[in-house]
Amino acid sequence: MSDVLLSASGLTKRFGGLAAVNDVSIELWHGRIHAVIGPNGAGKSTLTNLLSGDLPPTSGSITLAGKDVTGWSPEKISAQGLGRSYQKTNIFLPFTVWENVRLASQSRQPHAASWFRRAINFEAVNARAANAIELSGLKNRMHSVAGTISHGEQRQLEIAMTLATEPRVLLLDEPLAGMGVAEAERMVALLLALKKDHGILLVEHDMDAVFTLADRLTVMVNGQVIASGTPAEIRANAGVQAAYLGEED
Amino acid sequence: MSAQQSNLEILPVGVKIALALALLALLAFPFAGTDFYIQMVTRMMIMAIFAMSLDLLQGVTGLVSLGHAAFFGLAGYALTFLTPQGEAVSLWWTLPLAVLGAGLAALVIGFFVVRTHGIYFIMVTMAFAQMVFFLFFDNKALGGSDGLYINFRPTIAVAGQALVDLDDKRSMYYLTLVAMLAVYLFLRRLLWSPFGRALAGIRVNEHRMRAMGFGTFGYKLAAFTLAGGLAGLAGYLWGAQSGYINPELMGFHMSAHAIMMVVLGGMGNFAGAIVGAFTFEYLLHVFKDLPQVGGVNLGKHWQLWMGLFIVLLVTFAPRGLLGLAGRLGRRSHAAGGRSDPKDHQA
Repeated sequence: MSDVLLSASGLTKRFGGLAAVNDVSIELWHGRIHAVIGPNGAGKSTLTNLLSGDLPPTSGSITLAGKDVTGWSPEKISAQGLGRSYQKTNIFLPFTVWENVRLASQSRQPHAASWFRRAINFEAVNARAANAIELSGLKNRMHSVAGTISHGEQRQLEIAMTLATEPRVLLLDEPLAGMGVAEAERMVALLLALKKDHGILLVEHDMDAVFTLADRLTVMVNGQVIASGTPAEIRANAGVQAAYLGEED
Repeated sequence: MSAQQSNLEILPVGVKIALALALLALLAFPFAGTDFYIQMVTRMMIMAIFAMSLDLLQGVTGLVSLGHAAFFGLAGYALTFLTPQGEAVSLWWTLPLAVLGAGLAALVIGFFVVRTHGIYFIMVTMAFAQMVFFLFFDNKALGGSDGLYINFRPTIAVAGQALVDLDDKRSMYYLTLVAMLAVYLFLRRLLWSPFGRALAGIRVNEHRMRAMGFGTFGYKLAAFTLAGGLAGLAGYLWGAQSGYINPELMGFHMSAHAIMMVVLGGMGNFAGAIVGAFTFEYLLHVFKDLPQVGGVNLGKHWQLWMGLFIVLLVTFAPRGLLGLAGRLGRRSHAAGGRSDPKDHQA
């Protein structure tokens, strides 16, 4: 039951003379994790920003769930079923963990934007938020202020907020960055569980996690794709060895 | 401690008690005060409505508008033009019309300004308000720089029977008090609604709001329109009370004063806006009445004293008078027991 949820072809993003992303094509399938790896500055985050609508592409096209979403705003792309997490934690620091996730969940019910009913009384919104918090393992931190929890927990919160919007496609930008060993193991288990119902793009530096999780890999260097294939193919690829995997970082 | 406390959205119990006592005092005041002071407090309450409407933008949504007085003034002018030379008009239809007019103007102006951010938003709101200001200032047909008189106060009647006589200063006072209370309760309700939570989210992190699927443009435009309409309510009451309207009411100083009121009281919870408006208007009164010392007329330089006061307050109590009160309350509270952070009541 694999089908393509998101496909991008010929994506290019130029900043002045620099092509941060150059002619990249990628497909995300239901039930698969597609990892994007590459050294710093390879254009992985820019690629994520293009797919999520945070940046408009210079050229190329993006199709999401059968619709051409090229040039769409982030909110429209989100409404179309794409959720993303950020490499640099991007949460509502003064709000509680619960309010962060509840707000994300509220976005799925635009007509819940009533002026008179109390926001905490929308059961469907609460249920979705509670589920996302449960999945990401933040239940005992629910009432803490997001700015006061640990870095690892903030990373979990990133994921919880993304899940609360019930996306079909997940773009996860270094979800493991800065996590402790136990937290990272938990996150890997969560991603494996999420894989069943989502198409996932995973940008990650932790190679153990990448090779555990990914069904396909794309390797980027200087904005370009230098290789794409199964984990086994990538491991065996001499060019990748030279450009990236060989150098310990 | 709960998150929203950075804005004192959840009012500490001590502050709530103080507000309730203040309300009782306001209810009783017309029986104690002279006409002069009844009018002065009425004006304070009108400014409180104006400041609350700005707080929706400034404190809740994080949009600092330097042109908010335009909507205040427009509604005042609306009442002027709706009132014929020789007779009074009914408040029942002129009030909604003035408020809708101000809201409509805010919708049109908002359509252009809420796309901008930060310093640009400040500049563009100011530019639009200056355009409105000079439209009236330079146009003899619109009253010009001298402004216009409203010869008759609006009437409030049911089935031909006068209900409230606004020529009576106490009636005007109580009408304004009811309006201020209604606006406060409405905005407190709004603050905890999904719409209010989304506005707070936009203040804290608009980028993430968009990534989560919120069309923030629509939310900000709705807030801007609503705030403009409520500013219009204040402007209408101003016109009804003073019987005189001039371009200064929509000028730069008026907008700046509203910002100071909100900062003075404490942003983002509407109670602070009320406290700030009362304090500002009271200090204005005190500073303008300062005596002549030697060759210097201290009262003439009231802006200097006001400026100094605000600088001192912002330095030592960045969250305004309400934040200061909340802090003192918590300190005395800490000895007896802790306050309940789950108390989400308005």
